[in-house]
Amino acid sequence: MLFPLLAAGLLAIVRNGKLQGFIVRVSALLIASGSILLAVQTFGGRLSIRVESEWLSYGMLALDIAMSVLIVVFAIRRRKPMAAILTLIQTPLLIWFELSNGHGIVIAADMAIDRLAILMALIIGVVGSLICVYTIPYMKEYHHHHPEFKDRTPFFLAMLFVFLSAMFGIVFSNNLVWMYFFWEVTTLCSFLLIGYTQKKEAVDNAFRALVMNLAGGVGFAAAVVYVGMNLHTMELSALIEMGLKGTIVIVPAVLLAFAGLVKAAQMPFSSWLLGAMVAPTPSSALLHSSTMVKAGVFLIIRLAPILSGNIAGLMVAMVGGITFLLASLAAISQTDAKKLLAWSTVANLGLIVACGGIGTYEAVWAGILLIIFHAVSKSLLFLSVGTVEHNIGSRDIEDMHGMVTKLPEMAVMLTIGIAAMFLAPFGMLISKWAALRAFIDSDNVLIVMALVFGSAATLFYWTKWLGKIVAVLGRSARLENHIKKDEWVSLGFHAAIAVGLCFLFPVISNRVIEPYLEGFYGTQIQSVLSAGNTNLVLMMLGMVLLMPIAMYVYVHLQDEKILTAYMSGVNQGDNRGFTDSFGKPKDMYLANWYMDKYLNEKTLSMIGIAASATTLAVVLMMALGGAL
Amino acid sequence: MPFFSKSPWIIHYDGSSCNGCDIEVLACLTPVYDVERFGVINTGNPKHADILLITGSVNEQNKDVIWQIYNQMPHPKVVAAIGICATSGGIFADCYNVLGGVDKVLPVDLYVPGCAARPEAIIDGVVKALGILGEKRKKMVARAKRKKMVTRLKQMKQKGGESHVRKSALSRHDP
Amino acid sequence: MKTWMIVSAYILFAPLLGGLLAGIDRKITARMQGRFGPPVLQPFYDVLKLFEKESVAVNHVQNFYILFFLIGVIFTGCLFFSGGDLLMVIFALTLANIFLILGAYSANSPYSSIGALRELMLMMAYEPMVFLVAIGFYMVTGSFGISNLVQSNKMLLPYLPGIFAGFLYILTIKMRKSPFDLSMSHHAHQEIVKGITTEFSGSTLALIEIAHWYENLFLMGFIFLFFTWTSPWGPVVGVLACLVVYFLEILIDNSFARAKWQYVLSSSWAVAATLGFANVVILQLLQK
Ligand code: SF4
Repeated sequence: MLFPLLAAGLLAIVRNGKLQGFIVRVSALLIASGSILLAVQTFGGRLSIRVESEWLSYGMLALDIAMSVLIVVFAIRRRKPMAAILTLIQTPLLIWFELSNGHGIVIAADMAIDRLAILMALIIGVVGSLICVYTIPYMKEYHHHHPEFKDRTPFFLAMLFVFLSAMFGIVFSNNLVWMYFFWEVTTLCSFLLIGYTQKKEAVDNAFRALVMNLAGGVGFAAAVVYVGMNLHTMELSALIEMGLKGTIVIVPAVLLAFAGLVKAAQMPFSSWLLGAMVAPTPSSALLHSSTMVKAGVFLIIRLAPILSGNIAGLMVAMVGGITFLLASLAAISQTDAKKLLAWSTVANLGLIVACGGIGTYEAVWAGILLIIFHAVSKSLLFLSVGTVEHNIGSRDIEDMHGMVTKLPEMAVMLTIGIAAMFLAPFGMLISKWAALRAFIDSDNVLIVMALVFGSAATLFYWTKWLGKIVAVLGRSARLENHIKKDEWVSLGFHAAIAVGLCFLFPVISNRVIEPYLEGFYGTQIQSVLSAGNTNLVLMMLGMVLLMPIAMYVYVHLQDEKILTAYMSGVNQGDNRGFTDSFGKPKDMYLANWYMDKYLNEKTLSMIGIAASATTLAVVLMMALGGAL
Repeated sequence: MPFFSKSPWIIHYDGSSCNGCDIEVLACLTPVYDVERFGVINTGNPKHADILLITGSVNEQNKDVIWQIYNQMPHPKVVAAIGICATSGGIFADCYNVLGGVDKVLPVDLYVPGCAARPEAIIDGVVKALGILGEKRKKMVARAKRKKMVTRLKQMKQKGGESHVRKSALSRHDP
Repeated sequence: MKTWMIVSAYILFAPLLGGLLAGIDRKITARMQGRFGPPVLQPFYDVLKLFEKESVAVNHVQNFYILFFLIGVIFTGCLFFSGGDLLMVIFALTLANIFLILGAYSANSPYSSIGALRELMLMMAYEPMVFLVAIGFYMVTGSFGISNLVQSNKMLLPYLPGIFAGFLYILTIKMRKSPFDLSMSHHAHQEIVKGITTEFSGSTLALIEIAHWYENLFLMGFIFLFFTWTSPWGPVVGVLACLVVYFLEILIDNSFARAKWQYVLSSSWAVAATLGFANVVILQLLQK
């Protein structure tokens, strides 16, 4: 956990390109293998760590203050008062609490490593470090393409590693104050990463992210104070246990869930994540897949047992459902690949959040699986889009037409990523299946409807993208590709993991998720996915994996006559152009269907924001009103 | 098995007809004549069709179009010229832009004359086309067989094996 | 053992039965239009003829997708008739359909691309309702397993009238009948030539047709599930209902012109959101 920090420190100092690459690679390898080692070692057990040192907590407090001073400075320099105000609310609140009440509370475990934490650590460690490896060549290309921006690569790399270490902090800490500290670190890091280019747009979006996440942070801080003052504990596990035993924990649950929702970019706060697209691709990949937003859903999944069946849970589930539906619809009208991915992230997080809000055994099972699968495939997609952008000079989906012939390698990567996001035998769909069942079982008809309609929209936007990629352009030259070795390593590993996970998922489910859940829900419940279905899924998976091989054989055995496509008899010799009614040659251009007249992004966001904000406001008022 | 005789799918192309013949072609599909009795379907897509019905003459502008449509039809295929315009240019033969009948660009298999060609005559033509289709199919199969043999022979030769089979025996029937 | 027999029977006889149904369909359609119509075996003649044609394509991969489409559809049907999980059936069907769409996309031709996009839009239109059917079954019987649904001790239709009506609505899309046959059709609508199948010919087109027969059969299976229950009469009523529904589809097919896509999408979503949703809510209230 501390190691990435060390790497970050080193990277900030080292300016030499080669050495930089070396450090990144070595430390990525160490982090990934470290997290795997940790997983193997502590597998199954629950490890609690208690740190008895005063100076550590004071140190954190000091850093907290330093961070808020930093934010205030930034805010003043750029004249964005909101950020300053928010940080000036929460930090003093926490300091006051720490100095007055915080001392008296006995803490049994500052850190707790259980199965869920290990899973998250694996995601962060493996996916996160793969992204870091990818960053080395990417940033070089990036500055090559964008000479107008100042090259601050060392800073960028350092931030990535700080981010990773903060994420490790979040998933391992049990002490809410610690968690809060790491929470704020990720907020600050994402702010700095989004604003990397220092263009006006980037700075604006960075501040939007900062303000929203600070607002979430205020919720977190309030929850910490409330828990400490009223329930006299500081531990997350204790809080959950109390909730399960029947103590009323609705207020902290609502507040923490609020913080989680903001971080998970749920409506009405989804705009910060969409704005985060201005940053270089690796940071988007990191924000979207393994870190940041995953911190939000992680917290909600953690809280799931105390959300189940109460008003806080209902709030979370409703917001998740609304977000899933509207974000999926909004994604249909996107032509910018990164924007589409962003909306899809928001939608999927909505689904995970809804699972957490429902909070039953099946729902949480589905939610955790979604986190895993989503992290890997989304990261793969982002990095692929980044590479494609450098190769064809655009990230517009329309420009990816005929990728199979132009850049076959990247087409394969994108296809794996997209298929893993929504197609039948891959993990996302299985989790969706379980989620659907869980939603029905818990009688949440509205959320069932949201899921059903949202999935249909999901199907639409992914397939039409896939269609663009697989279109075969006759006589089109293969583009020279400039994919670097590091990018290859990263992409290849991602793809392998995405596919491998599908085979591994029964194991993950049996060994990791189910035992974790049984801790909360008692040991009865049979497997969510019956053995028969598991076999079926594996069968289908086999079929799909056989496809490339079969395709190769088929294509080479076949001898059909190749004709031009039908264009009412007016082709210009090939499939790329036709003769128009004036007898002039014209290029053919096949556009996809975006329905932007009907599914306008702005309108949909407005509806989503209105609906979810109302839900949030009502529940917050009810919870706080009840508490006061 | 000659299933062609049971399911002839047509595509209808209007060259520069006065629409008289077109109307008669379409009339064949109506309840009065109902060519679907014989399995005839008007596909509108050369890639699905077996019989190309052309009405009207060929002119400078559509000659390439006709050629492309013909080329996009998979074998075996039959071209039928419907009406006197399609047969020889008819009353438009002397126009500055008209080339003449369809046989100026395509190998026409049968002609259905008349101005306009009567639906009965068109149906009769299609039925004739079925016979031609069957024959073409036979030829196609034979050609495919021969092609296979030739490739096998070539492979054998490459292996340095028996070349005592006289090549002329195989190529005798090649067009 | 029994399941294996059913599955192999499905693989062998479904195309025969499906083709026969299609032939009867064409005959009835012709009669409705005052024509004599083709022989009942016409669909088989067509398909066999297609196998005799030369194989042509725009590129080397497009026909491959269709092969997988057929395999996918057969797999889905087997899943259905072996009493598998209804949701899995839906997912497998979606996968199969996506292969068809990708095949049309890969041809990169204007008409087949439009067909593919329309097909995709139609999928988006019917998917929610298909899910709601599964959800409805689950809420009544507590299981997604088709083998359990067949053995339910009561007819399911009285519990699911709204969902059944909604399913009938989208069945028209699935069976490629007017007014919803936007992506391809068996009729002389030619505004997008042959839509999604434009670039497929010869044996590949025959495979699409056969897949369609397989598909129709298990779509009828869905109808069957609504009607059957455990009594000797159950299956009889079920099969009769299937025939009636098939006839109804033919009637609808012949009485409407093609609709615009906006109408198809919005109306099928509206049906799912009203009829389907209302049915689900009422079921939930009843169960409490
Ligand atoms: S043959 Fe007569 S009816 Fe037919 S297109 Fe020519 S002029 Fe018209």
